[in-house]
Amino acid sequence: MNHVRIPGVLVVLAASVALIGCGKKEEPKAAAPAPVAAAAAAQPTMVVKIGHVAPLTGPIAHLGKDNENGARLAVDDANAQKIVIDGKLITFELLGEDDQADPKTGTVVAQKLVDAKVAGVVGHLNSGTTIPASAIYNQAGFPQISPSATNPKYTQQGFKTAFRVMANDVQQGSVVGTYAAKDMHAKKIAIIDDRTAYGQGLADEVEKAAVANGATVVAREFTNDKAIDFKAILTKIKAKNPDVIFLGGMDAVGGPMLKQMKELGIKAKFTTGDGGCSPELIKLAGAASEGVICTQAGLPVDKLPNGQKFVADFTSKYGPIQIYSPYSYDAVMVLIDSMKRANSVDPAKYLPEVGKTAYNGVTGKIEFDEKGDIKNGAITVFEIKDGKLVTLKSEGGSTAAAAAPMPAAAPATEEK
Amino acid sequence: MDTLLQQLINGLTLGAVYALVALGYTMVYGIIGLINFAHGEVVMIGTMVAFTVIVSLAGSGMPPLLILGIGLLVSVVVCMVLGWALERVAYRPLRGAPRLTPLITAIGMSMVLQNVAMIIWGRNYITFPPMIEKHIYTVGGATFTNVQMAIVSLAALVMLGLIYLVHRTRIGMAMRATAQNPQVAMLMGVDINRVIAMAFIIGSALGAVAGCMVGSYYEIAHYQMGFMLGLKAFTAAVLGGIGNLAGAMAGGLLLGVIEALGAGYIGQLTGDFLGSHYQDIFAFIVLIVVLMFRPSGLFGEREGDRA
Repeated sequence: MNHVRIPGVLVVLAASVALIGCGKKEEPKAAAPAPVAAAAAAQPTMVVKIGHVAPLTGPIAHLGKDNENGARLAVDDANAQKIVIDGKLITFELLGEDDQADPKTGTVVAQKLVDAKVAGVVGHLNSGTTIPASAIYNQAGFPQISPSATNPKYTQQGFKTAFRVMANDVQQGSVVGTYAAKDMHAKKIAIIDDRTAYGQGLADEVEKAAVANGATVVAREFTNDKAIDFKAILTKIKAKNPDVIFLGGMDAVGGPMLKQMKELGIKAKFTTGDGGCSPELIKLAGAASEGVICTQAGLPVDKLPNGQKFVADFTSKYGPIQIYSPYSYDAVMVLIDSMKRANSVDPAKYLPEVGKTAYNGVTGKIEFDEKGDIKNGAITVFEIKDGKLVTLKSEGGSTAAAAAPMPAAAPATEEK
Repeated sequence: MDTLLQQLINGLTLGAVYALVALGYTMVYGIIGLINFAHGEVVMIGTMVAFTVIVSLAGSGMPPLLILGIGLLVSVVVCMVLGWALERVAYRPLRGAPRLTPLITAIGMSMVLQNVAMIIWGRNYITFPPMIEKHIYTVGGATFTNVQMAIVSLAALVMLGLIYLVHRTRIGMAMRATAQNPQVAMLMGVDINRVIAMAFIIGSALGAVAGCMVGSYYEIAHYQMGFMLGLKAFTAAVLGGIGNLAGAMAGGLLLGVIEALGAGYIGQLTGDFLGSHYQDIFAFIVLIVVLMFRPSGLFGEREGDRA
């Protein structure tokens, strides 16, 4: 009984898992962005790698895949345009990495992209992974555009390489907090966050804005981004009898939380930020999602001039949009647009152009302020009615229709 | 007072789920001293299989309870096969190896199962269709649902059945003999390979039952749900004394209640110095304190490394 052997079945199983794991990484070992000064005539075509990072496994893998699909669509569209930069026909290639929404893994895959000599990175999805990874990209000297990291700290580190195409949590938190206190007439607010950089950061801003508008925070409770049982904290909140409950967290937390609120007989209105403002939340919470108020940074996609085409292309290829795929699409396009303007794919040459972006994207006009935040980023408030996200109102933002130079006013609520 | 009552109800339901999963850990550990870290994933597969069956039968016009029953049955059978296969493929070849080897294999199997589930059921959350119409009852200001009642009573029934099986039947006697000393049991004519396989099969069947409960209680399933659940259930098993069936049950219920009360009252107890994000820490502190005074858990026997 002491023989140790590896059964054939296990080997086959392991091999198939390994194969599946490796499939996506088999990129041709094509040329990394070489110095553009090299003889232009020698090489008519060139491959430019763009990195993309989001969690592709774990509780919010659906959002990660959504981001990656947005970026993939952008790369496909750009390749179809046959872009020529500095006399070479450019083929863009997306290197999709999985950071598991884990800050440690985030820095590991960031280094991997640096070693793969990508020209720029779109990502990461979570603030918690974006912030530590941004230091690595800054060191490597190529631009990083996050489609969804909304924690203000990301662009406050003084990195010339960090950009985002979405309004940050200071803006979003202020809109949610003010909306709860003023439009929903909430006197007592309970705030829950999932202890991630995103959830905690947003919850703090909501708390500030709600208190500034005369509401009282009666409970501040915490969970984590992998939990599914919230009855203990909800019971505690129920005893405080709030008018409004705010969740700083993702849809995967919000769905079961809404159902459990109903089971406990909690009558308070539920509000959440962009992480929970998705069709997935409606699917997970079912009827319990009726009447939920949530915000998304940016304008509703169907309200944008270029939105229709994107929605049609995306849904026919990948199915329904979750939240951020229009932003990851735009982030890739901003990188490519900057390369075109610089007439170079060398990060050192085209990085300064990223900051000067004035691009009409799917999500509206994209311009960056000196920190790398989007100028005049829009926030939209939604209500879930009959299983659909219905727009209540939008604040800020510029549509492509109003593409004239916008006043560079950063939102007044911004600190520092 | 109604808050306290509500927290106790929350904790008991959560605890009943932990207890059922913990029974699967303890069953295997009690007999061969292996911590089967893949057990949480067996529970997950149980939920997923039940989900698939229920969704495919949902349009057939059968009564919902019958569909739920069929889903439960199919998932129990699938998990039994899975448990048997795990033992046969991953653990039996390592029977004589040092203790650490099968432990690492178990962690490996847990990852393999997670990834296989991700390939089959995708990476999105799955909404478990509610088959039992939820009724909400209110007693003394606290609310509970019929689903919660079903979970607690089913868990109690399963545990009683298991204790009967182990202490009153032939296979149970063979299990206890193998647990005490596999070599001697073999010499007495016990087919220990069969007994060990049975332990895995029964443990996995319990996992499937737990999986269906988790599915119908939270109405949500995900390919990574087994990991945290498994970890908590393992903690519950250690708390109660791993290898001991009654201990697993007590440990599970206790852990559930501690977590609920911890989340509910830790702020008040510490003057808001610690918030509800310390609820897991609270549970682990209790575990450490118990293990300091009773190193083999609440119900664990003093001698030996096996029950």
